[in-house]
Amino acid sequence: MFLLKLILRNAFRHKLRSILTVVGVAVAILAFGLLRTLVGLWYLGVESSSATRLISRNAISLVFPLPIAYRDRIRRVEGVTGVAGASWFGGIYIDEKHFFPSFAVEAKPYLDLYPEFVLTEDEKKVFLHDRRGAIVGRKLAAKEGWKIGDQITLRGTIFPGQWAFVLRGIYHGAQKSTDETQFIFQWDYLNETMKRTIPRRADQAGIYIVGVAAPELAPQVAQTIDAMFKNSLAETLSETEKAFQLSFVAMTEAIMIAIQIVSYVVIVIIMIVAANTMAMTARERIAEYATMKVMGFGPFHIALTVFGESLTIAFAGGMLGVVLTFPAARWIEVNLSQFFPVFMISPVTILLQMAAAVVVGAVAGVFPTWRGSTIRIAEGLRRVG
Amino acid sequence: MLQSPIVEIRNLFKSYRRGSQVIPVLQDISFDIAEGEFLALMGPSGSGKSTLLNLIAGIDTVDSGTIRVGGVVIGALSEAELAKWRAANVGFIFQFYNLIPVLTAFENVELPLLLTGLSRRERHEHVEAVLALVNLTDRMDHNPSQLSGGQQQRVAIARAIVTDPTILVADEPTGDLDRVSAEEILSLMDRLVHDFGKTIVMVTHDPKAAEKAHVVRHLEKGILTSS
Repeated sequence: MFLLKLILRNAFRHKLRSILTVVGVAVAILAFGLLRTLVGLWYLGVESSSATRLISRNAISLVFPLPIAYRDRIRRVEGVTGVAGASWFGGIYIDEKHFFPSFAVEAKPYLDLYPEFVLTEDEKKVFLHDRRGAIVGRKLAAKEGWKIGDQITLRGTIFPGQWAFVLRGIYHGAQKSTDETQFIFQWDYLNETMKRTIPRRADQAGIYIVGVAAPELAPQVAQTIDAMFKNSLAETLSETEKAFQLSFVAMTEAIMIAIQIVSYVVIVIIMIVAANTMAMTARERIAEYATMKVMGFGPFHIALTVFGESLTIAFAGGMLGVVLTFPAARWIEVNLSQFFPVFMISPVTILLQMAAAVVVGAVAGVFPTWRGSTIRIAEGLRRVG
Repeated sequence: MLQSPIVEIRNLFKSYRRGSQVIPVLQDISFDIAEGEFLALMGPSGSGKSTLLNLIAGIDTVDSGTIRVGGVVIGALSEAELAKWRAANVGFIFQFYNLIPVLTAFENVELPLLLTGLSRRERHEHVEAVLALVNLTDRMDHNPSQLSGGQQQRVAIARAIVTDPTILVADEPTGDLDRVSAEEILSLMDRLVHDFGKTIVMVTHDPKAAEKAHVVRHLEKGILTSS
């Protein structure tokens, strides 16, 4: 208890130096936590994908659509529980700064396949009966200030024109990781308009979302679908939703690796800064360690004092960093929701942050601890004055 | 009244290395210190006084010769044994007090007692008793920076005697003090010898300080020249 008191008082003996070190560690731990979260979020779509959903797309490229006639043929494949066509709409609300993902979907089967988009029964019913109806995620509605019944006009980019919608529902996610920033409307509205304006682009879907009865059936169902359309004008490539999401992630993998490296570099830098602080501290206290040794304290006691001080400073910085991570993440989620619809700090990230703080304290304390505990008394006493 | 030797030094040699050069510091030193004796070691700078003090206190090792303190040949002890031996047998008083700045006077005095098996209550009783002895009861909650040089040295003396050691060693205990404070410290040390039978070995440059000692020994270039 006495030594703990000594460690704590020593840790904040040079208040400015200690506070700067603690803040430095806190900022590094905060940055580490945010970067780790960012990398984690990149894979969130992959992790939150369902094992019982397949995505069938054009085998040449995602850019090319599939005929709507495929839907009924896919539905007849053994093991398939539901099929919904969907197209990336890419509409713009006001201007490009108000970006959010927008999809035209076959609403009924789509909502059946995505139970994580939770609507009230009334909202669902009204949406399904309104060709111009749209539903949006809770966060998007809050950001744009939309209420149910509002008229919303999007400017089409892939599908030209001004597209008027009526907001019929605001969904919330069944899990915290569910994206609540999407704009979803009826594929029929898109298709009927295309029939009138650009008929050659009508009766097409960007992808098919295919529900399967059990995860173990997924490979067989995917193979059957692809075999069914082999040698057709639009061959399919069917894969699990996870694999589909991974193909997007793979495009940016190098960036993610770079961010991961930066997150570790931040920790290494603060480790060096903390080690320098601890080395200075230990150098200044050599005479005190020698004095304690004169009294009969052994190397273990001295090591405990120095190492404890290093861990205390790093731990204080780590705690502060972890505490700051939550408001920082909240700020990102609110103000940068178009880039990060969900910015959720996971328990694993918090554990990693605390582990990083402990590692910083331990590594920073190694040399000063060795120096302090092995100092020869006579040599240490000469440092007085 | 002086008693049998508590410290016996025989044929002591000590040298230091500076690169390839060997510098002799102490050469063939032999003498005894009786129990309850107040010994002053004098000599010019570099004569080996502090080295001799460190050897007697068990914080440095001899090249050859023996030092026996209370019947224990301290050169035969391992580093860990020596640390334990110092904790039980040596009280060290430094020129610059060497108090821990973040601890109060009370806590500084309590520090060496952490190595004893005393309970917290017993430790506090001991600390209060020695702080009363050095007349610092009213300053026990002050940090060293809030005390004068003389008061800090009295805390250091309290810390040195709180474990009731066999010998007290003092390296220039008045070297950093004004004349009045130095007098107070010397009187206190004198009292420890006369009233409590403590054995003190003191290194000093100050002839006035040496006057308080029973025995004064002089060192010149590592050789004991007179007593």
